[in-house]
Amino acid sequence: MTAMVDPVLGGSIPRNDPGRHSSRQGRTVRAIAFYVPTIVVFVGGLAAWEILVGALNLQSFVLPKPSAIVAALQANWSGGRFPLMPSAVATLQEALLGLAIGTTAGLIVAFASARWVLARGILLPLAVGANAVPIIAFAPLLNNWFGLSNPLSKALMAAVLVFFPVMANVIRGLVQVEPASLELMRSYAASEGTILRKVRIPNALPYFFTAMKIATTLSLIGAIVGEYFGGATSVLGQVILGSASALKYDVTWAAILLGAVTGITFYLVIVAVERIVIPWHAAMRSEG
Amino acid sequence: MTTPTPAIDQPIVRIAAVDKQFSGGDRLVTKALEGIDLEIRKGEFVSLIGPSGCGKSTLLRIVGDLTSPTRGTVTVNGKPADRARRDRDYGIVFQAPVLFDWRTVEDNVKLPLEMLGYDAARRTSRAREMLELMELGDFLRHHPYQLSGGMQQRVAIARALAIEPAILLMDEPFGALDEMTRERMNSEVLRIWQQTGTTVLFVTHSIPEAVFLSSRVVVMSARPGRITKVIDVDLPRPRTEQTRETRRYFEVVTEVREALRAGGGAVDDAGRPAGGGSLDRTIAEGAVG
Repeated sequence: MTAMVDPVLGGSIPRNDPGRHSSRQGRTVRAIAFYVPTIVVFVGGLAAWEILVGALNLQSFVLPKPSAIVAALQANWSGGRFPLMPSAVATLQEALLGLAIGTTAGLIVAFASARWVLARGILLPLAVGANAVPIIAFAPLLNNWFGLSNPLSKALMAAVLVFFPVMANVIRGLVQVEPASLELMRSYAASEGTILRKVRIPNALPYFFTAMKIATTLSLIGAIVGEYFGGATSVLGQVILGSASALKYDVTWAAILLGAVTGITFYLVIVAVERIVIPWHAAMRSEG
Repeated sequence: MTTPTPAIDQPIVRIAAVDKQFSGGDRLVTKALEGIDLEIRKGEFVSLIGPSGCGKSTLLRIVGDLTSPTRGTVTVNGKPADRARRDRDYGIVFQAPVLFDWRTVEDNVKLPLEMLGYDAARRTSRAREMLELMELGDFLRHHPYQLSGGMQQRVAIARALAIEPAILLMDEPFGALDEMTRERMNSEVLRIWQQTGTTVLFVTHSIPEAVFLSSRVVVMSARPGRITKVIDVDLPRPRTEQTRETRRYFEVVTEVREALRAGGGAVDDAGRPAGGGSLDRTIAEGAVG
């Protein structure tokens, strides 16, 4: 531990000198230790689920045992009437396409609104109004417009859900810059474009990643809801509907499990990208 | 009007007959500044001191062209203030450090150099030179949130000095620091001022700070903001911590305090005008908003 000393003011500087931290190994051990309680609760919950379902003699249509769900997952992994893995991949592709479309649209509106007051005046009320509409209600229409079997109709459902949080968060990030920062830039006679590049966009990045974490989940929801209204059969939404109506609830649960794992993975990818793109932000938060 | 290099005895800053009014609503007009005349010569260290609402921060902001006067003219380096701003003649240090968290300490200091179009190598050498000067050479790769408040403000000073400004404007730069840190920062600023020979306009609400630092202390009164007295501080230089304990120092502190009292500014026991600089800051920010 080499505490660094402020040469002028004296006293040791807290925090984050690479030299002060113990080894990478030590950090990994601490990270694992941090998650141990969570893992214990999770595994304990699964065990309790398994035991209680057996002890209470619940029928599988009420609640299958975790072991039965895993068995169904294996049995239907890639073939049969409900091929789980291909379905999850298809749904993920729709969600990704929707995420890309919704994010792009959200960013365009956000930048336009941040740049031009007129655009903000016109677009913001419309966007806020559109957000108040229960957008799920449009799913049958989207299927109608773009074709029931066209993945684009599901992707657009996802895109519509993704659009608003991306737009709203990015606008906030672009606009809510400290007034003093703008004054500083003014004292350098910086142009609007320079201020955008050097202040507004870096300031908006944490907001953008917050939005993306919400958006990944929403894109999967949008895609699956779109699928409920028909279309290709090898998608998660149809597998969930079909297996449930065939009373194969273990398969239904397996599909839900797969959807959950997809969503969590998706989220973790965003977290990883965030750490790479704006490492200072994560470090700032962890240090309070 | 635009002489490129002012003659030696020509003032760097010339403030002539400046008024500033803020209109709040239909009828309410606040006279923030009235009839301000002031000249600052090259290499001077001038402090503005006064009670809250006297417009001292507003005056600094007018000099820096962050807001414009209602009447009157400000000439900096022989040019109108807005021209001087576009020529990047100013280095500004605010009360808050205003550092960008996404930049390292070094990259924060490089920011104004990027504006000036310095190439990468020159930016690096200049930024490091300034950070060495502020004794922050070991913290180049730190991010602002990893530094203490005093250190952050030193980074802000390094950034302001990096472009070798014709004048350094400091708006209560140490107002948020504790007394001990503030006194050390004062010595720091004096050392830098002597090493660089820069001209400084310094806003403060601390009498000891103003006296310790300045060649001249400009005392202001509130509503409307006016200059009531300009006090030459003839304390010998270099000034050290011992200077604060000399008799002459106390005499000048007393002179400033009495000038403030005569101007109608209430002064608390610690020798600073009551209320700090919050009101004129609020007015100033509201006007630029």
